[in-house]
Amino acid sequence: MIPTNAPALIPLLYLFTGLLIPLAALRLRRLAYWLALAAAAVASAAALSNIFRVLEAGTLRYRFGGWPPPVGIEYVLDPLSAFLSAVINAVALVVLVHARRTVEADLPERKHVPYFALVMLMMSGFNGIVMTGDFFNLYVFLEICSLALYGLVAVGDRKSPVAAFRYLVLGMIGGCFYLLGVGFLYMSSGSLNMADMKAILAVVGARPEVIVALCFMILGFGIKMALFPLHGWLPDAYTYAPTATSSLIAPIGTKIGAYGLIRVLFFVFGLRFVTHTVPVAQVIAWLGAAGILYGSVMAMAQDELKRMLAFSSVAQVGYIGLGIGLANPLGLLGAVLHVLNHGLMKACLFLVAGNFRLQLGHSRIPALDAGTRRRMPWTSAAFTLAALSMIGLPPTVGFFSKWYLALGTIRNRSWVFLAVILVSSLLNAVYFFRVIERLYLRPAAGNDEGRDAADSVVRGEAAPSLLLPTLVLAASLIIIGLLNAVIVKGLLVRFLPPGLEITLP
Amino acid sequence: MREFLVGHYFYWFIFLLMAIGLAGIVLKKNLIKKVIGMSIFQVAIILFFVASSSKWDATVPILDPALGAADTSRYINPLPHCLMLTAIVVGVATSGVAFALIITIWRRYRTLDENELLEKLTHDPD
Repeated sequence: MIPTNAPALIPLLYLFTGLLIPLAALRLRRLAYWLALAAAAVASAAALSNIFRVLEAGTLRYRFGGWPPPVGIEYVLDPLSAFLSAVINAVALVVLVHARRTVEADLPERKHVPYFALVMLMMSGFNGIVMTGDFFNLYVFLEICSLALYGLVAVGDRKSPVAAFRYLVLGMIGGCFYLLGVGFLYMSSGSLNMADMKAILAVVGARPEVIVALCFMILGFGIKMALFPLHGWLPDAYTYAPTATSSLIAPIGTKIGAYGLIRVLFFVFGLRFVTHTVPVAQVIAWLGAAGILYGSVMAMAQDELKRMLAFSSVAQVGYIGLGIGLANPLGLLGAVLHVLNHGLMKACLFLVAGNFRLQLGHSRIPALDAGTRRRMPWTSAAFTLAALSMIGLPPTVGFFSKWYLALGTIRNRSWVFLAVILVSSLLNAVYFFRVIERLYLRPAAGNDEGRDAADSVVRGEAAPSLLLPTLVLAASLIIIGLLNAVIVKGLLVRFLPPGLEITLP
Repeated sequence: MREFLVGHYFYWFIFLLMAIGLAGIVLKKNLIKKVIGMSIFQVAIILFFVASSSKWDATVPILDPALGAADTSRYINPLPHCLMLTAIVVGVATSGVAFALIITIWRRYRTLDENELLEKLTHDPD
């Protein structure tokens, strides 16, 4: 029974937990957190086992209500969605372990229960997007997770409602553009099922409404994944959101847009359509490259750690966009591998920022020094490791996705993009070493210790429940870096869409 | 050319509506007016779907013994309408969240004007 239902189980699990949490919390408020954690743990286990199931049995399909597609809604678990779902659930689990204390510190107690219910709804939306094989269903899940996200952002700092409102306006426009694209596709094909659409589009060809549909969909996903110059909502939303929210959405949220983009471009429209008939892939690659440079330069100018990480997210999304836009197997492998890698790195860095905020009361970069490192040696070590990975030093994960991206640019002979990747690594080094240098080389500002009221909360290293997830993520950066060949050859090459197959040596 | 323009008159109307909605979102400084623009934008897309499935000389998609099931062109395609029910719900939820945020913003900053809000935000310590 389980194997055939596997695609639908994870989104439904989160949905029901989201509904259960407010009810269970009537009895015992603390249950909310533990239910959310349990759901994430079960979902992670299911998502990991799904990977093996897909590798063994191939693509799994589940028909809702027994209606055969294209009439009914179909959930598809193929290697790409199995991979994405494993990444988002595993990262969410680790972040939720960390979230207990930060949510207690960031939010008043009456908001804890709705907060975790919203987290569950958001996860349900994310998993639904990844699993669904139906365009309109994808829109519904896109809006479910976006609506939950607006709420999760808005409970943060004083300025967070304004950031959330801006996010809401842009997110709404993105969702509507996507819906409009679906409308045009439906008008020209009469189907909403992705596999069916692919077969019909092959016959319909490049009619004007199909091209318009493609452009609107790219615009919609571009806003959701914060592809430059559609990233306007991201920096404020990440900066002012509570720690738990920003460490959940930074690694996962933008990747969902990237997944949608990959799915639509290569699995529905097909390689020839997006590179030759309508060369949108090149446009996406240029936007990605511009985003890499813009995000890195802006990140150098920030004095607040979370804000710096937010701008660095714009740059990292640019890498994924660039990999997608290269439209060759190596570039796409790099992009999908970067979804995993950036998920782990950014989650780790945001958890570090959360630890700083909890222990020091702030995460301002100019106020960090060797005293901080002496007080929190493990957190600082995790930060350093994640920063090295962001820069792209082997054997951390960051190196390998950049390696594939660089190989992809060489294969396309696009030297500009290769230069962008190399330059941006230097820029990454500049803005991360700025922090590392403070943590390890800047002597503690002895007398100034008492000056800042926030500095009076000296309590040493973060608590184990904060430290453990941070260190687990940091360790995974090395472990997955060493295992990357297994992941790429065993799993990622299996999902490559038609026209982009490759056999790695 | 004339036929193209006249034959698609409904779509021109819808695109005008979308442009009005977007202009409201971008140009208006008042947050409430932005939400109004958002609603107009969403309604335009809902009308787009509904218009795309409408048909002359066709009836509701319930089997009519007089017409039979052989000629499906006599029935209107119900799917876009059903999809739009969901989209309407999404639109209502989005507006609801937007108004909740606006209430919070008003309580904190006592203004809904974007320029004043930005002014106050820059002077507001974190």
